[in-house]
Amino acid sequence: MANTTMAQIPKINPLYRLQWEPAQNGHVLLYPEGMVQLNGPASEILTRIDGQTDVAQIIASLQQTFPEAEGLADDVISFLEDAHEQNWITL
Amino acid sequence: MSKTGLPCSAQPVTLGAGADIKPTSRPLWLLAELTYKCPLQCPYCSNPLDFAGVDTELTTEEWITVFKQGREMGAVQLGFSGGEPLVRKDLEELIAAARDMGYYTNLITSGVGLSEKKVKNFRSAGLDHIQVSFQASDESVNAMLSGSEKAFKQKLKMAREVKAQGYPMVLNFVTHRHNIDQIDKIIELCVELDADFVELATCQYYGWGFENREWLMPSIEQLRHAEARTQAWREKLAEAGSKMKLIFVTPDYYEERPKACMSGWGEVFLTVTPDGTALPCHSARMLPIEFPNVRETTLEHIWYASNGFNHYRGFDWMEEPCRSCSEKEKDFGGCRCQAFMITGNANAADPVCSKSADHHKILASRKTNAQFKTENEAEFVYRNHKNSSVFFKQR
Repeated sequence: MANTTMAQIPKINPLYRLQWEPAQNGHVLLYPEGMVQLNGPASEILTRIDGQTDVAQIIASLQQTFPEAEGLADDVISFLEDAHEQNWITL
Repeated sequence: MSKTGLPCSAQPVTLGAGADIKPTSRPLWLLAELTYKCPLQCPYCSNPLDFAGVDTELTTEEWITVFKQGREMGAVQLGFSGGEPLVRKDLEELIAAARDMGYYTNLITSGVGLSEKKVKNFRSAGLDHIQVSFQASDESVNAMLSGSEKAFKQKLKMAREVKAQGYPMVLNFVTHRHNIDQIDKIIELCVELDADFVELATCQYYGWGFENREWLMPSIEQLRHAEARTQAWREKLAEAGSKMKLIFVTPDYYEERPKACMSGWGEVFLTVTPDGTALPCHSARMLPIEFPNVRETTLEHIWYASNGFNHYRGFDWMEEPCRSCSEKEKDFGGCRCQAFMITGNANAADPVCSKSADHHKILASRKTNAQFKTENEAEFVYRNHKNSSVFFKQR
């Protein structure tokens, strides 16, 4: 996926469930008999994926929350491509 | 994804292989063995040999209390297993209660006793995932191993229904001498059924599997062939853009270092057996240790304070060569059950390890078992109530 565009609308793969775990104080992705513990940036991005919001809007929303962040667009796209590769999301 | 399958495949499990999860002292994985009853008689079942001696089962309310206590402690994956969990009439109610608490709910089943209606109703109740276990890719071997002629067709039908209802699907094949050479057919079947994850778990030797070692163990040539074919399939699937994941588990009898069993004793897993006994792994009942029961105390006390769960935590219990071994933090000395079964000493190094003084027993087992060339199915000790009663009386 080297050509992720701003207009694409990512969706969480229905194989996975994104959930807040109070005991772990973090978000996790649950899948058959397994779990991925997400770090802060990964949760910030994945929780903005709702099947309606496009990549540009996700980046804008993050930029609003983290106004001081530099190179955010590249980081987000690179994460989404990785998440797609991992099969966590569809694009 | 489990690295080595779940109890119905007679395997210990690793949570989230490939995922970024560190062992935490929290029962992230709660395995509910709802019943020892099962319509099949697989000769590698991990249930205790003397299960016939267990004649009580936790009630619906007792299970729900266990789930609640587990969830409060941070448990997140819940497996409904057995025996055959479909035997429990309250399964749908248990699924609904668990999903409502926020668990990711897994049903580990042979598919025997499942129906379109149940697949649908369980989905409505909130079931997240159904794992269907297969004994082989064709009817005759499947029938031989499970003791049921009809089972194979039923499994295929149910696997299709599971996909149709939108569940993620994990197909589990326990492989051994009688089916491992069919690896291509097995994978073809998984492609055809559109599985999301496939576990090709070479049978390990616990419970009934230990009794039937000499009839189950593949030769090294069989094993290498199957590994090579699996790798070839991975490449072929990747090329075709398939997302299906193939997980191949080598039997540890062919390793030189032990597995980090259960990701460490009392680190991640908690199994509750049909009668409420709580175990750090589903095989641990065989050990000469007293384990607590959920009917008598809370899960929190069991996890943090019981002697059974604290017994093999840390490294102080270790004997040589584990105690001074540089790899002890990696594999925790291997599997306690295997050490006990093969050496008679549950504190010993897992004899799979080449540093173990008993490693020659594993080597001898490989050699002995490779000598059997005829498949005389009548030699299996099938996992059924009659055979179990014999083991129960011997105790």
